[in-house]
Amino acid sequence: MPASFMPSAQELMRFAPEMLLTLAGTLIMLLEPFTESGNKSRLAWLALGALLAALGLTAVSAADPGPAFSNMLLIDEFGTFFRFLVLAVGVLTILISTHYLRSGGHESGEFYALLLFSIVGQCIMATANELIMLFIGLEVSSIASYVLAGYLRDDKRNNESALKYFLLGSFATAFLLYGIAWTYGITGTTDLSLIRSALLNPASRPNEVLTAAASAFLFVGLAFKVSAAPFQMWTPDVYQGAPAPVTAFFSAGPKAAAFAMFLRIVLTGFEPLKKEWEPLLWVSALATMIIGNFAALRQTNVKRLLAYSSISHAGYVLVALTTHSGPGAAAAMFYLAAYCFMNVGAFAIITHVARRDERYVEIADLAGLGTRQPLMAGLLTVFLLSLTGIPLTAGFFGKFYIFKVALDQGFIWLAILGLLNSALAAYYYLRVIVVMYMEPAPEGEGELPAPAAGVLAAAVGSAIATFFLGLFPSSLLDFADKARRIFN
Amino acid sequence: MLETLFFYAFAALALLGAILTVTLRNAVHCAISLIASLAGVAGLFLLQRAEFLFAVQIVLYIGGIMVLFLFVIMLVNLDAAARERQYHRQWIAGALSVVGTGLIFAYFLTRGAESLKLNEPVPAGPRNSEAVQMLADSLFREYLVPFEVASLLLLIAIVGSVVMAKKRI
Amino acid sequence: MLAPITTAHYLVLSAALLLIGTVGILLRRNAVVVMMSIELILNAVNVNLIAFSRHLDQVNGQIFAIFVICVAVAEAAVGLGILIALFRNKETVLIDEIDLLKW
Repeated sequence: MPASFMPSAQELMRFAPEMLLTLAGTLIMLLEPFTESGNKSRLAWLALGALLAALGLTAVSAADPGPAFSNMLLIDEFGTFFRFLVLAVGVLTILISTHYLRSGGHESGEFYALLLFSIVGQCIMATANELIMLFIGLEVSSIASYVLAGYLRDDKRNNESALKYFLLGSFATAFLLYGIAWTYGITGTTDLSLIRSALLNPASRPNEVLTAAASAFLFVGLAFKVSAAPFQMWTPDVYQGAPAPVTAFFSAGPKAAAFAMFLRIVLTGFEPLKKEWEPLLWVSALATMIIGNFAALRQTNVKRLLAYSSISHAGYVLVALTTHSGPGAAAAMFYLAAYCFMNVGAFAIITHVARRDERYVEIADLAGLGTRQPLMAGLLTVFLLSLTGIPLTAGFFGKFYIFKVALDQGFIWLAILGLLNSALAAYYYLRVIVVMYMEPAPEGEGELPAPAAGVLAAAVGSAIATFFLGLFPSSLLDFADKARRIFN
Repeated sequence: MLETLFFYAFAALALLGAILTVTLRNAVHCAISLIASLAGVAGLFLLQRAEFLFAVQIVLYIGGIMVLFLFVIMLVNLDAAARERQYHRQWIAGALSVVGTGLIFAYFLTRGAESLKLNEPVPAGPRNSEAVQMLADSLFREYLVPFEVASLLLLIAIVGSVVMAKKRI
Repeated sequence: MLAPITTAHYLVLSAALLLIGTVGILLRRNAVVVMMSIELILNAVNVNLIAFSRHLDQVNGQIFAIFVICVAVAEAAVGLGILIALFRNKETVLIDEIDLLKW
């Protein structure tokens, strides 16, 4: 009997990236007390190395797809896609954060360890095929994120951001759990594939009223996690209050993983209920785009502006989700990849401009950046143009595919309203560019130091990815297209 | 018959404790009401033949989490908070959403109860010793990975709370 | 005399606990009480899970409940840590006084 307790080598290999990251995080914490305070960046290098190795292991495990650990995890192209994405976001976040933490005297091993643990949770969310596993992955990611949001404990903004994130996040988790409990009750299982067959089977098909109740609770929990309307209100406060590199991470990694979870639940387990989910998603997608864009119009703080902009981008992804189709899933995946790179890139520049203690985070503080530091201004312009959706950048193709899918699947009004929204969004992105190039630098402000190597590397890397996806979108789209086949 | 009586007793304890938790002024009283509510829920676990969870609920929840809560309440001075206004100014919006959720619930439960045969008496279930063994079998076989990841979760919680609560890094 | 207890009884109780918890989260100003209300909702989930577990005659629901308790512990520890950090800087636990960022 004990033999069955031992997982096979094949299964362990499929779970290798997560195991490696967990070990690396633990190792970092063990080394922390033995590292002199001036040498903490060695721990950052260790974390970076672990993430790169995990990227390699993800590629290896992608060669041998299949289920692992009694169907808890399903390593398929879809999961691999999101694993690559969250690991890449992790690499960029570490590059951005080292200098930020060191200049404030806050660099320590716990930050990198918690970041790695959070990424472990996101990898699990991307590959889990079972609601309990999914939930544990989500919690690993979220609880590490709550701590990261308040990492600079002496900063009131950080405290507040962490508390709000924690309270609303756990409220959302509790609702999600209630939905999962009901789903378990009416289908008798928590495995997404089995839920699907239970819902399809006419003999065991449960009462619509109960499935609607379960779906409603699940939707509330999921919408909170991807910051979709009407559950988006935590996003601006949390993004504004958290340390800038952590905000860069929040806006990309946890959000991409939450969407991976959302896509998998809606397109596999709950696919038989697509008629019921469609109006819910339709309304939420539209409301998310409108609230995000209109609120962004009147922001003066750059972090808050980008927070609202990230809400509106979640709305575009929801448009793709509303179509409930394979091509829609592929478009959502492409969009999320594009969004992650351009958003993290933008936050890298913001981190650089904000300097110590984040004193310069207003839009007005960007004035004259075009003459003071042309390279940084140019990079930020690239990211903002991509967020607007200008051709040649990744953002253009992302929006193009989403609205094309919406039109193909007959969601004409949603596509038109989405296009109007993205035209509106151009206003506030361009306003930032105008301030950077047209307005003179304010007097009496300290000299803006040269960008740190890590920030520069992250920004240039994101810019390259943004252009690459804008010029050769088919390379990634082919992969996304292969990945979405699992939904048909 | 006896089970019915016990159900109503434990349910009343759980509900009364819960209501007092969200209405009392002093946070220490809230915590003690919460303990009563959790004890009521623990009794329900026992009635539902979940003996292991009953023990976990008492030892871990009531013994662990609630001590943590009381500790924090003592640490942060809540006397000032107890004298303040207890409810939000936007209580109308909150109350409306709560009533809405309640109505939806009532609708779902009245409409849905028949179709799942939720109204029939529940099956007897396995004997105690077998039940715990089945639980362990399933937990360490099928749910091995979630179990291991849960240990990572607890590690994060330890590191996280130390990072948050210690004075200087 | 008294009707036998069914799964539906437990579900109604769980719904009531969820509602009371929601009231606490949405209406109370004291952050510690809000966190206790979250514990109430997690307990509502557990009542639900145990009832379904018995109803379906499976152990999966009980295992799920163990994970829920584990998560509740982790959340409580981190949440109270965050609260202590906040209290040290701001000397308040009232949610609507925590308004440095526009709520």
